[in-house]
Order: sequence, then C-alpha cells, then structure tokens
Amino acid sequence: MTEIDVPAGDDELHAFVDGQLDATRVAAMLRYLQQHPEAAVRAAHWHAQRMALRRLHRAAEPGTTPGALIETVMRRRRSRWNPWTQAAAAVLLTVMGAAGMQAWQQTSHAPATLAAAAPQFVQDATVAYTVFAPEVRHPVEVTAQEEAHLVQWLSHRLGRTLAAPDLQGQGFHLLGGRLLPGEPVQGTTTAAIDAAARAQFMYEDAHGRRVTLYVAVFPPGVASRETAFRSVKSANSTAFYWVDDGCGYALNGDVPASQLQHLASAVYDQLFPK
Amino acid sequence: MPSAEGVEQILAHIPALRRYARLLAGDAAGADDLVQDTLERACVKWSLWKPGTALRAWLMTLMHNLYMNRVRSQGRDDDHDILDESCGPSHEPLALAPDLMDLERALARLSPPLRTVLLLVSAEEYTYAEAAEILQIPIGTVMSRLHRAREAVRLSMSGAADAGAPAPLHLVKR
Repeated sequence: MTEIDVPAGDDELHAFVDGQLDATRVAAMLRYLQQHPEAAVRAAHWHAQRMALRRLHRAAEPGTTPGALIETVMRRRRSRWNPWTQAAAAVLLTVMGAAGMQAWQQTSHAPATLAAAAPQFVQDATVAYTVFAPEVRHPVEVTAQEEAHLVQWLSHRLGRTLAAPDLQGQGFHLLGGRLLPGEPVQGTTTAAIDAAARAQFMYEDAHGRRVTLYVAVFPPGVASRETAFRSVKSANSTAFYWVDDGCGYALNGDVPASQLQHLASAVYDQLFPK
Repeated sequence: MPSAEGVEQILAHIPALRRYARLLAGDAAGADDLVQDTLERACVKWSLWKPGTALRAWLMTLMHNLYMNRVRSQGRDDDHDILDESCGPSHEPLALAPDLMDLERALARLSPPLRTVLLLVSAEEYTYAEAAEILQIPIGTVMSRLHRAREAVRLSMSGAADAGAPAPLHLVKR
C-alpha cells in the first residue's frame, strides 16, 4: 500500500524542502516521510541546511556600496549620451504640480521641456537616494551623533558653509550624511575633483521612511539661474529641487508629494530665513 | 545604454548582487570585481534586456556567465583547486557563528556549478524553473546539481561535526 504513495524520488523531496512541491502531493509526501525515517532525516538535514544558508546570506552584509560601482553605471550613461537622447529619456520623468510651478505652467511649455530641464544634480540626487536610502546598516557615512563634525566636514569639502536643517517638527530626525562625487567641472583641471563634491543628509521618520537633502555647490560662473520649487517624479522617489545662491538643493523621498513639499518648505525656511 | 530610469533600476539591485557575489566568490574584493564586471556588461548589453521581465534575474545571468568564465580562465575546473584557492589567504571569512563558519567552508568546497545552484535555490529563493533560466541549463540539471550540492554539504558538515572533539549530534552517515 505504501508503494502507491512513494514520491517520484529525490526531486520531490527537494521540492518539499524548498516549498515548491505541488500542493496535491504534500499529503502523500508527509505519509511517505512517516514511513521512511531515513528519508525524513535527509529532508530534515536539507531543511536545516536551507535555513542555515539563508542565515549565512543575511550575514553576508556587503556594507556601503563603493562609489566605484555606482560610477561604473553612471559613467556608462554619461559617456555615451548626448544631450538630445538625454532630453528624450527625461520625458519619462513626470512633471508634478508644486508650489512654485504655477508661474511656469502659465508659460505653456510642453511638459517634456521642463522634464528635460531637470538639472543633472537632481538626477544625481535621485540616484544617490535610490542607492543609499534602502541601506539598513550603513545609510550614512557619519551619523547624527557627530552632527557638528559632519556639517564641518561637508562644508569644508564643498567649500561652502552648510547646515543640516532640523526637521523634528515635521517628524523626521537626522540620521547623518555622506560625501558624494558629483559631475566633474568642465574647463578646470585638478581642482575639478573638489569642485564636484556633493553632500547628502539623510532623515528618517517614526515609520522608517527616509528622505534625503542633497546639496550641490556650483563653481563661480557656472551657477545656474535661480529657480522656484520644482519637482520631478521618478521610479522610486519624488524630488523637490531649487537653486539658490549658487547652490542646488534636492529633497528626495518616497513619501506623498504633498508631505515632501511641506518638508521642502521647512528646509528652505531654515536655510534662507526671511 | 540604459536610460536614466534604467540606471536607477540597475543601481537599486547593487546591494543584492554584492551579497550574492560575496557568497559565490568567497572574498569581498573578488565579489566586488564580479559585481563591477556585471554592471559594465549590463550597461553594454542593456538593449538585450526585455523590459517587463525580472531585471534581477537578468543581472544574475550576466554575473553567473562572468563568474564561470573567470573560473574557467583560471584553469580551475577541478574541485580541489577551487578548494585550495578558497581556503588560501584571499579567503576572508565573514564574522560568523561557528555553525555558519562550517557551512561557509562547506560552500567554498563545492564546485562553482553546484554552489551557484545551491545559492540560487536556497539563499536567493528562486524556483527551480527560474534557476534553470538564470543558469541557462535544463531543469533536470538544476535538480541533479542541487541534490549533489546538498549531499556534499551534508556530508561535509557531518564530517566537521565528527572532527570536533565532542560530537553532540549523532549524524547518520552512509
């Protein structure tokens, strides 16, 4: 009688261990294992092995993603892209309504025009958010415990006095920040490396949602025109950005646009008190 | 070349690729070299990725092919050479509990084809069909490699337990 229920063999035993056994076969498999202790022992070993491998996999925490890996992808995109293809792809970015946008909307440009105009620093900010915001153990290089050092360090590297806005009132606390590479500056030589340094401050709310404030300092003469608040939506986040006093600011977050706009206003009010 | 959106999608998979590569290659530097090569190839071959299909699985396929090329070019198809290399100075064990250290060692002893199948199915939790697609081998080969890998690790682990002075578990050996 037991022969009828004998599973096809090792394949089904593995499928049972991996939770891939056809549901209609599970009852027969359980009966089989009851009657064949040596198979049950083997399945138990394999199951324990599977659990241990999953623990090992979790333990293989790779740490902060090296900048070289990010550059590998970014470089490819930049080196082979002329501005026209970039503009075409930027059409994918959806332009969203924001506080300062009414004026622009009245000028009746096609949406693609503004999306294409989303500056490089905003795209870089979005990439940096995508890479670092999901990091569990190393979301920042310097934590908020060393906020004074963090701000001083980033200010030194960017060549501009920076500040980490306090967003506690909006429910977000500072996790810390990191230094990031930006666009090499055209027309300059060795000084370009420092000129292209960027800063990222990361904040988290009680639900573990994260937003980042990304700061780019433009070299003299390269400074973009000042812009009002604008926003772009990409696959994983929304970004509010503006340019003021020779700096570009981008606030990225996977939170509702209205909330992000509220946060962006709070950041602006603190950085540029009236 | 990937679009801005494509770049963002690729970047989002880097932490997972590094974690998998770490177990596949055995040391952090080798793992990141492998991830770097994978990212470069993904950018070059971006037009071959079919939007709507799983990007992670496609990246895994690229990584697997690069890894096997690397193993072959080193002329180390032989299991024992792999063993020697994995236990050599380039091998940096993770900081692990003792039982996981034995497992990591057993994993390093497997030949690359067995190790990849075991990792994809057990650690990455791909289905057998997905693993077959990633590795571009028949599903029957996935099953036979999985079986050989699990039995090899089981015997290796029971050997490790026997070698330790007090064996708390009596393991069934054939």
